[in-house]
Amino acid sequence: MEKVIEVRKLMEMLFDIIQYGFMQRALLSAITISIVCSIVGLFLVLKRHSLFGDALAHVTFGGITLGLFVGIYPLWTAYLVAILTAIGVNKLRESTIIPPDSSIAVLLTSGLAIGVILISISGGFTVNLFNILFGNILLVGNDDVLMILITAAVVIPVICIFYKKLVLITFDEKQAKVSGLNVTWINTLFIILASVSIIASIRLVGVLLISSLIVIPNITALMLGKGFKKTILFSCAISIIAVILGIVISYYANLAPSGMIVLIMVSIFLVTIIIKNIKFTLNKMVISNK
Amino acid sequence: MQPIIQVVKLSYYYDSYPSLDNISFTVDKGDFLGIIGPNGAGKTTLFQCVLGIIDDYSGEINLFGSDIRQNRKTLKKVGYVPQKKSVEQAFPATVEEIVSLGLIGKKSNKDAIYSAIEFVELNAYLDKRIGELSEGQQQRVIIAKALVSEPELLILDEPTTGIDSTAQNKFYNLLSKLNKDKKITIVWSSHDLNAVESLANKVACIDRKLFFHGESEDFFGNEERMNSYVEFAMQSHMNLHFRMPKNGKSNRGKKTDGNVI
Repeated sequence: MEKVIEVRKLMEMLFDIIQYGFMQRALLSAITISIVCSIVGLFLVLKRHSLFGDALAHVTFGGITLGLFVGIYPLWTAYLVAILTAIGVNKLRESTIIPPDSSIAVLLTSGLAIGVILISISGGFTVNLFNILFGNILLVGNDDVLMILITAAVVIPVICIFYKKLVLITFDEKQAKVSGLNVTWINTLFIILASVSIIASIRLVGVLLISSLIVIPNITALMLGKGFKKTILFSCAISIIAVILGIVISYYANLAPSGMIVLIMVSIFLVTIIIKNIKFTLNKMVISNK
Repeated sequence: MQPIIQVVKLSYYYDSYPSLDNISFTVDKGDFLGIIGPNGAGKTTLFQCVLGIIDDYSGEINLFGSDIRQNRKTLKKVGYVPQKKSVEQAFPATVEEIVSLGLIGKKSNKDAIYSAIEFVELNAYLDKRIGELSEGQQQRVIIAKALVSEPELLILDEPTTGIDSTAQNKFYNLLSKLNKDKKITIVWSSHDLNAVESLANKVACIDRKLFFHGESEDFFGNEERMNSYVEFAMQSHMNLHFRMPKNGKSNRGKKTDGNVI
């Protein structure tokens, strides 16, 4: 009986906060971003490019500060810098002997360094850099929501169109080439989509926590899913649950939503590992008893 | 009859080092060509040239009558099984999903997917992740992926290296069935000379240059030729699973002349 009352209370709390306009925008944006990042993220994780999202976010930070420095709408410079860098790194990965993780490290630090230098030259900006670094989904405006929805409306259909080709390239680039696919072109397209998705996600968790959205739901889903499509669905579900809970809890507890979202994702990941291990041990015991 | 593959004076230099040096041979329809040679002999490079992955070579490669550099559409008639690489256990795609990738650019066909999986005897693993299968089973999945589009030519690059002998035998039976029953032309590189001798009707020995190309009997039935091959293979520190013919004679029958280059 008590449990029923608790669930009812929780539902009432959810219903209460959904009535606020800022909360509607926050939830809509967060759910959309979590779906986009889960889809793009699975390919990045399986290509062993997990940190690529992190590096691109840092470059985006450089792009945002560049925009603020020269007086252009910062997201445009962020898009431009991130896309150009992504294409550059993709080329670098294909054509040189530099290990991919090292080129990502160079990218990551140089993006942040440019940002720091521009901040020091300008003597600081009027915008809240804390929000760029750590995000604040509760502050999204109608323009941001529109930008996030447009990003999703572009990224998701393009990934769907190229889905099988991307799976094959992720599985084995050589086989993809023999199948007649233009691997370089598809990789470049994907990396541009990843850049666009990451920029859209900065509002939610900020530059410093962006890789959590890409990596954690996907590595959790990889422990659960049987099949590529099912793994994507699990990842989306985990991500959506985490962002909704994170936003609601942070609102009532007056905590930073980005941190709360990431901690919930990590908790789901840890619980999944524990359950998996218990299941594995039990199965082993059953087999040895037979 | 037009050859399936025609390689003419093929040379490829990697960092001014000749990986392939003036190689010429043909593969005819229905052939089962075994390519042997020591590690680093250029077998994989040769395949990469034939498949259009490498295109900055000198010479000419015609696939189904047209230059592979001019017309990559002929690759649609080719199935390719690369050197075995172990798939990560976490890779989430199922056997069915992997095999369906062989139909990219073609109409999705569930029946073709299931019959390819059935052919490699993996029906029971349809919904299993490829990463959860043994290495031998993973290679059979890749074969099924290559077969699903009904290729006329199957190219296999040392597909059984590192696979246990039971799985290897199963794999060899499969190749034999493909060549004999489905009439698929096969080009296959291997270090397993016993398998090459029993399966392939033609043999090519390469070590950057073409050492021999001709009928299998001409190679395995010629003691002198075999010995000189063993010599150059030993010199190249080749890891051979090698069985010398009894009294220097092959257990195969008829002998014809091969081309020693």
